Amino acid sequence: MSARRIFARPARLAAIAPYVWMVLFFLVPFGFVLKISLSQTAIAQPPYEPVFDLTAGWTAIHAAFAALSIDNFKLLASDDIYVFAYLRSLTVAAAATALLLLIGYPIGYGMARLPKRWQPVAMVLVIVPFWTSFLIRIYAWINILQHDGLLNQILRALHLVSRPVVWLSTDTAMYIGIVYSYLPFMILPLYATLAKMEPALEEAAGDLGAPPWQVFWLVTFPLSLPGVGAGVLLCFIPVVGEFVIPDLLAGSSSLMIGQTLWLEFFTNKDWPVASAAAIVLLVVLLLPLLLYERLQRRQLEER
Amino acid sequence: MRKFSRLSRFNIASLALGFAFLYLPILILVIYSFNASRLVTVWGGWSLRWYREFFADRAMIEASWMSLRVAVASATIATLLGTLAAVALSRGERFRGRTLFSGMLYAPLVMPEVITGLSLLLLFVALDAERGFWTVTIAHTTLTMCFVAVVVQSRLGSLDRSLEEAAMDLGCAPARAFLSVTLPLIAPAIVAGWMLAFTLSLDDLVIASFTTGPGSATLPIRIYSEVRLGVKPEINAICTLVIALIALVIVLASLASKLSSAQGESAAPL
Repeated sequence: MSARRIFARPARLAAIAPYVWMVLFFLVPFGFVLKISLSQTAIAQPPYEPVFDLTAGWTAIHAAFAALSIDNFKLLASDDIYVFAYLRSLTVAAAATALLLLIGYPIGYGMARLPKRWQPVAMVLVIVPFWTSFLIRIYAWINILQHDGLLNQILRALHLVSRPVVWLSTDTAMYIGIVYSYLPFMILPLYATLAKMEPALEEAAGDLGAPPWQVFWLVTFPLSLPGVGAGVLLCFIPVVGEFVIPDLLAGSSSLMIGQTLWLEFFTNKDWPVASAAAIVLLVVLLLPLLLYERLQRRQLEER
Repeated sequence: MRKFSRLSRFNIASLALGFAFLYLPILILVIYSFNASRLVTVWGGWSLRWYREFFADRAMIEASWMSLRVAVASATIATLLGTLAAVALSRGERFRGRTLFSGMLYAPLVMPEVITGLSLLLLFVALDAERGFWTVTIAHTTLTMCFVAVVVQSRLGSLDRSLEEAAMDLGCAPARAFLSVTLPLIAPAIVAGWMLAFTLSLDDLVIASFTTGPGSATLPIRIYSEVRLGVKPEINAICTLVIALIALVIVLASLASKLSSAQGESAAPL
């Protein structure tokens, strides 16, 4: 007990540098996003009217507060483009997460049932694609899905289609890209919980006469729910704000919110609206973020 | 223990299909990078032509150099800060602001990159910082130190704490106990954390696009602008080189963790 406590004091000092860094470069920047989302668009560099000038004294600060406007948020709520973009982001993320769970579960389950010495190998095999560049993996699919790409060549060689099918710039391509990119995030937490499960539980259910599907549905699946939760959050949250995959693989007829934000920022140079879009996105994701944070903390700290 | 394998045919099929799905696209990309034909999809025999084109492309080489420098710098700072954070969280017991601290460390792991990128850019603009190498490095450090912290923290959590306690009972000062007992034991995780930070930085498009300035594009930014115009064989060659570099990093990481730890438990990246 005493040794533990003596060790804790210098260990706490270790928090200072990363703490300061995260406050400065993670927390404070959100203040700027909030501030600029409340200011007016200006055709200038940087393209917004400054809201606060702390050097100008109290009356000026008071005036600045009066000048704050929620026009950008009103615009977001009234313009169909943004409303649809949020709705589309949420539905795409929900559908993609469901697909990922459906595809990832059998893989994680298979891994957990491999002989013990093969399991680390399988885990490395799942992690390696995650280490290879995100952008490169999307590009690999553009190679395959393009007009005269490999997929169409194979389909035509097999006489399954007579003319090349349009794959790129469709939602199908986007879902393939999302599933491909996020699959490791779904598999790993599922595998982690399934591997820890006591095999005797499944066997007991089987010995007591439950058919395999019942063993799975009544024993295996409920016990794997923590892994399911982690995998779902790990995929759902980033996919809602995804930019690269829909931009390169989906069509441009309907945009996700990440794309809209990017467009407002880089093309329209409307920083206040982009900031407001980011704030709304953050609010939408707040609940899943908090859930994820709690899960992560429990997993890492309560051993 | 059971004599026969618990693997059913369904398990084997899903594993085979799953790994094929994960690896075939990358394999196809690598093979086509050696294609002599200008048409990406027509096979024209083996050739190193596109690699030569890449090495003759000044803009691409400059972007690669920029990316490598950012990745090394940000991974190094991130490893230092992330390890400190992990030590504080797993050995610091309770301290004021701990919840905020862990929240700030875990949130960036899943935070959509457009939000992180935009918020950092607005900070840099407000500070009137010149955008380029250092702003991208700071941005990448902020993101990747969280990954390092998680990797190191999970290693620290699985360590037997009686080892460092024994060292202190035998008269070691806490700093000495940490340096000579704890640090060697978590070294594999620290190495894995550095490698993960390096590859994440090398890979990032969105945050770099927000935080970089004119004239200092990173490799993913250049690749992205080329890919938007369509598939080009030269891009296949660049991608293959990046994959080779990352594969090298992974091999080095696993060698390092084998050398520095005799324990069977490996530090799983993530």
